[in-house]
Amino acid sequence: MNLSMEVHDKDDVLELALIGEIDAYTAPSLKETILPLTEQANKTVVVDLEQVNYMDSTGLGVFIGALKSANEHQSELRLTSLQDRVRRLFDITGLDSIITIDSTVRGGD
Amino acid sequence: MESFDFIELKVPAKADYIGVVRLTVSGIANRMGFSYEDMEDLKVAISEAMSNATEHAYKQGEEGEVAVGFGVYPDRLEVMIADHGASFDVEEVKKGLGPYQNTPSIVELREGGFGLFLIEALMDKVEIKNDYGVIVLMTKYLRENEVDMNDDQISTTQ
Repeated sequence: MNLSMEVHDKDDVLELALIGEIDAYTAPSLKETILPLTEQANKTVVVDLEQVNYMDSTGLGVFIGALKSANEHQSELRLTSLQDRVRRLFDITGLDSIITIDSTVRGGD
Repeated sequence: MESFDFIELKVPAKADYIGVVRLTVSGIANRMGFSYEDMEDLKVAISEAMSNATEHAYKQGEEGEVAVGFGVYPDRLEVMIADHGASFDVEEVKKGLGPYQNTPSIVELREGGFGLFLIEALMDKVEIKNDYGVIVLMTKYLRENEVDMNDDQISTTQ
């Protein structure tokens, strides 16, 4: 029930790989990690959610905050490799039309 | 009176224990024969209600407990989540709930407020009582056909 995070810096692309669960307990540390990435100007922040097997609205809140921050700093936010269940929350809430989500969708394990 | 099994759990009103309640509902739903999809819906809905309860307690500076009750019926699971903090205005909270429409500008996006919306989207029935503290009562019905169809997926998730 934890979340671990790895940041890979590849020139203009900052990749954030997440492993675990995003809920009200882990969301604060995710926010602390992702915001400094989106505050760097002219970067693309790619969040790899392949190994996130649980997420709820606290995660949605963090990604909305990150999108706002990216927008303010002329950088870009992309979410990639979402499991079906996680992807579904973006669909239900209509956020899929606001946040850039890569079309490759993985099945839930 | 309809007979049912009742399971009760009390946890400190801290985000640390939301995952514990989520694992518990997963175990109960699995035992009842819910499909994988429905178990995942239950996990999100219960976590949302727990997040609201713990966040509310935190804002009030309270070190309270959240009581969670599971009513296990032959055809449904009822989950009751009660914080014991002061009441908040449910109508006020429900304002502005719902999916995004007409793509608002990014600056106007709200970062919270999806909790109750998701609970209502994922459960079959939701009641909120706001008398002494806040009680959220949620119901999810078992769908027999779905259970059979997804039989191979059920035992793997807890």
